Amino acid sequence: MAKLTTKSIFINGLWSENPVFRQILGICSALAVTNLMVNTLIMGLSLIFVTSLSNVSVSLLRTITPGRIRMMVQTLIIASYVIVVDILLKAYLPDISEALGPYVGLIITNCIIMGRCEGFARNNPPWPSFLDGLASGSGYAIVLLTVAFFREILGFGTVFGMQIMPDDFVKWTVMVTPAGAFFMLGSVIWLVRSFGPKEKEEKAKA
Amino acid sequence: METGLTAYIIFFAAIFTNNILLTNFLGLCSFLAISREVKPAIGLGMAVTFVLTCTSGINYIVYYYILEPFNLVHFRFIIFIVVIAAFVQLVEMVIERVSPLLYVILGVFLPLITVNCAILGVSLFMIIRNYTFLQSVAYGAGGGLGWTLAIVSMGAIRERLKNAAIPKPLEGPGITLIIAGLMAMAFIGFTGMIQIQ
Repeated sequence: MAKLTTKSIFINGLWSENPVFRQILGICSALAVTNLMVNTLIMGLSLIFVTSLSNVSVSLLRTITPGRIRMMVQTLIIASYVIVVDILLKAYLPDISEALGPYVGLIITNCIIMGRCEGFARNNPPWPSFLDGLASGSGYAIVLLTVAFFREILGFGTVFGMQIMPDDFVKWTVMVTPAGAFFMLGSVIWLVRSFGPKEKEEKAKA
Repeated sequence: METGLTAYIIFFAAIFTNNILLTNFLGLCSFLAISREVKPAIGLGMAVTFVLTCTSGINYIVYYYILEPFNLVHFRFIIFIVVIAAFVQLVEMVIERVSPLLYVILGVFLPLITVNCAILGVSLFMIIRNYTFLQSVAYGAGGGLGWTLAIVSMGAIRERLKNAAIPKPLEGPGITLIIAGLMAMAFIGFTGMIQIQ
C-alpha cells in the first residue's frame, strides 16, 4: 500500500474515491437538500464535521473496541456527533434547521460516514483518519454544491439567494421538484464517469 | 388530530403522492444497489415494509411515553437507531426459528435494513409532522409499500435495460438515477388525487 501522505488522502477523498461518484454512497441526503445552495452548504459543513470527528473517535478507540460490536459502537459515535450538530443548528441557525428538517438526523444513516469509519479509521491512527474524514466530507460537499448550483440557477434563477439570471428568464420548474434532483445527479455522474481517471490531477485542484 | 387527515388518507398518500423514495429520497442507497432484478427487490421491499410498520409504532411509543416525559428528546437519534437495530436483530432471530422459508427470502436483507435511511427517516418525519399513533403506523405501512412499489418497478425496468445500448459511463447508477427521475415525474401525476402537507 502506498504511503498515506496528506496529499494522497485528499486526492482520494476529493476525486479518485469520491464517495458520491465512485462509490455512490450517501446520496439519500445528497438529493433532498440540494434545491438551495445555502441549505446545501450547511449540510456539507455538518457532514464534514461529523465525518472527521467520528473518524478520529473511531480511530482512538480502535484498539479497545471488540470486533463483534464495532458497528454498534461506530453508529453510536456518529449519532452523538449528529446530536451536537442538530443542537448547534437549532441554536444558531433556526431557519436552516427548520428547512433541513429530518435530514440532519439522517446523517447518521449516511453510508459515507460508516464507510469511512469501517474502511479507514478502524485501521489507521487518529491524524490520517481526521484528514481522511475531512477529505471525504469535502468531496461529498463539493458534489452536493455542484448539483445545488445547477438546480438553484435553473429552478429559481438565483445563486445563494442572489438574482443571477435576467428577469425574463423562464424558470425550469422541474429542477425544483424531486425529479430534477434525480436528473441532475444522474447527469453529473454521467459526465464525471465519461472523463477517465487521467484527469484526476487538475480536477482535484479545481 | 385534524379531521381531514385520517390514517387512511395518510396511508394512500404515503404510497402515491408522498412516496418516501421519489419525493423524500429516503432509502436511495439500497434502492440503487438492490434494484437490478425484480426478485430480490420484492424481498427487500417486503422486509422494509414490515420493519417500517413496526418500528414507526415502537418509536412513537418510545418518543411520547419515554423521551418526552423525561425531557430527553435530544437523544432521539440515538434511541431511534438503537430501537431499529434491536428490532431488526429480534426479527431475524424469530424468523430463523419460526419460518426457515421466510428466513431464506428475507434473511439476507434484514441486516441491510438497519442502515436504510427510510426507516430512521419515517420515524423522524412522524415526530416533525405531529402524527398520532394510528397516523404514524399508517405512514410507516404506506411508506413501506410505496418504497416497495418503486423498487420493484425499477427492478423490472432494469431487467429490460440489460438489452439496451446505454453509453458506457451512464451505465449503472447514472441511468438508474435518470429513470428514477422519470418515475418521480410520473408520480407527480398522482398529486391531484390526495394532498397532504
